[in-house]
Amino acid sequence: MTATTTAPARREAANPLTAGQLPLWGPWALIGVALAIGAAVSALVAGASGTDFSIVAAVLIAYVLYLVAITVVSQQIEGGRKAADRLVTGVVVGAFVLALVPLVSLVSTVIINGAARFDLQFFTWTMRNVVGEGGGVLHAIIGTLLVTLWAAIISVPVGIFTAIYLVEYGRGRLSQAITFFVDVMTGIPSIVAGLFAYALFALFAGEGVRAGIGGAVALSLLMIPTVVRSTEEMLKLVPNDLREASYALGVPKWLTIAKVVLPTALAGIVTGVTLAIARVIGETAPLLIIAGFTTNMNYNVFDGRMMTLPVFAYNQYVSPGVQEQAYFDRAWTAALVLILIVMLLNVIARIIAKVFAPKAGR
Amino acid sequence: MSKRIETNDLDVYYGDFKAVEGVTIDIEPRSVTAFIGPSGCGKSTVLRTLNRMHEVISGAWVDGEVLLDGANLYAPGVDPVNVRRQIGMVFQRPNPFPTMSIRENVLAGVLLNNRRMSRSDQDDLVERSLRGANLWNEVKDRLNLPGSGLSGGQQQRLCIARAIAVSPEVLLMDEPCSALDPISTLAIEDLIEELKQEYTIVIVTHNMQQASRVSDRTAFFNIAGTGKPGKLIEYDDTTTMFSTPKVQATEDYVSGRFG
Ligand SMILES: Nc1ncnc2c1ncn2[C@@H]1O[C@H](COP(=O)(O)OP(=O)(O)OP(=O)(O)O)[C@@H](O)[C@H]1O
Ligand SMILES: [Mg+2]
Repeated sequence: MTATTTAPARREAANPLTAGQLPLWGPWALIGVALAIGAAVSALVAGASGTDFSIVAAVLIAYVLYLVAITVVSQQIEGGRKAADRLVTGVVVGAFVLALVPLVSLVSTVIINGAARFDLQFFTWTMRNVVGEGGGVLHAIIGTLLVTLWAAIISVPVGIFTAIYLVEYGRGRLSQAITFFVDVMTGIPSIVAGLFAYALFALFAGEGVRAGIGGAVALSLLMIPTVVRSTEEMLKLVPNDLREASYALGVPKWLTIAKVVLPTALAGIVTGVTLAIARVIGETAPLLIIAGFTTNMNYNVFDGRMMTLPVFAYNQYVSPGVQEQAYFDRAWTAALVLILIVMLLNVIARIIAKVFAPKAGR
Repeated sequence: MSKRIETNDLDVYYGDFKAVEGVTIDIEPRSVTAFIGPSGCGKSTVLRTLNRMHEVISGAWVDGEVLLDGANLYAPGVDPVNVRRQIGMVFQRPNPFPTMSIRENVLAGVLLNNRRMSRSDQDDLVERSLRGANLWNEVKDRLNLPGSGLSGGQQQRLCIARAIAVSPEVLLMDEPCSALDPISTLAIEDLIEELKQEYTIVIVTHNMQQASRVSDRTAFFNIAGTGKPGKLIEYDDTTTMFSTPKVQATEDYVSGRFG
């Protein structure tokens, strides 16, 4: 019996490939200890100087302590390479958490403040004849959806066709010029897009024009460069082999683009378009100028003022009535709804991307 | 169903660079012709000029003529799309369409060209082409799974099935076995042997045994040095090329004494 138990043990000891290893719980234990020390130091400082206990200070102290401790301990037990690995892992995770802090804080603030008016009335009423409490944003939701939809209708075809031209046909000067102007367009301030749309529509409809479609035009100016850029990248990723395979079957170029290149890149294109929509759906300035604001429902993008969610939130915030809180609550909830719409868009895009993605067989 | 290819004093360029010079060759219908030669001597380049795939590369152009049963492929007014419908191509790396199933890959020539075909005709064509490519038994139960899920050798045979499904007159193959194991290679060589009953086949290969096994005639290309154009050195029956070639360079190359 002794023989059977010692034999593997001896073989293990003789294995030259093994090295010292921290137990799995090691880092966690260190984190716990570091947190305890950080909290203690922070409490001591707070007691001595008579200030409040600071969680931020405690966590920061604990984090630095942990980085030092894990490096030293790992150096002793596991050697230099592992120690460097643990240190860098610690730094990277720290940076990740730091990046997460504002996001979590933003989402939680919006949820907490927006919860007050997150009720049925909010989604079924407009602000028509509402003064003070109550009312809803149905008109603004519809407005946002319509304006964004039209912006997408305008900019998705333009953007995708431009990208197809640049990748599949573009040669020489013209394509260089297009690329340059697309880059310039990326930097257009949104207020300029709004003023442009206003000036454009004022030509036809006279000064003081307000229409949802104007907002859509302004937003599409902001969307087109994003769509072009992302689609271009996706089309470039399609391997040339596939185009050649298609040509070799006697398929004309346009059919090759329509039936081989685009489907192969579709998932990426959809994602790019969704990101472009998410970028413009929260735009306020251009819509303030050209779509204006109203308390009424307006289904017609081609005529009259049209409320949108960001403008609604802005409007509630800058000009609260007598019952201030009701206005602020509505602003927060509108912001929450906007975030939810963007999230929903992202989910939909992911589903679409999944459905259309080239099926990885293996 | 099978046509003769001739080239007359063909020069092939990539922009200013003359890659191949003065190729004159006469390829019999219903035969297998092998292109051999050291790397960079222009075998792929010549092969791609035979179905006007060469000009897909930007800046690439051709001087001279390629005749398909006497009709010049490079005559003004010739639509390269029509040329490629008659002269199919199999590439060095298997390239099935990743968005398509096995079945759709075989039907790609039909589907991509928006040609109408009844469901039963499609099924027939799929089975015929896959049988022709020696792949039917392996994939008949999973025709609707993605083509990229097959092994490399199966993918290559899928690409061959795709190429013969459009019933071309000529089939060009650029090192079709270079990524394959010996068994798949053998399967494809058998396949070439069968396909030669119906098609004119041109195959590029680095494998001397393969060239001597599958081909009726062999063309040896060589290059004088880097930056110089490749040339057709000798073109003859495969048995002659491998036993009593007329040119010393050919003998050196086929016997492995090259360089
Ligand atoms: N796309 C291209 N652009 C510019 N030059 C090219 C291109 N493709 C090939 N060439 C050049 O043309 C010459 C012939 O190349 P080719 O690919 O035909 O050689 P090959 O005989 O097929 O070689 P291998 O056996 O390695 O495949 C080489 O000098 C190569 O550098
Ligand atoms: Mg080659």
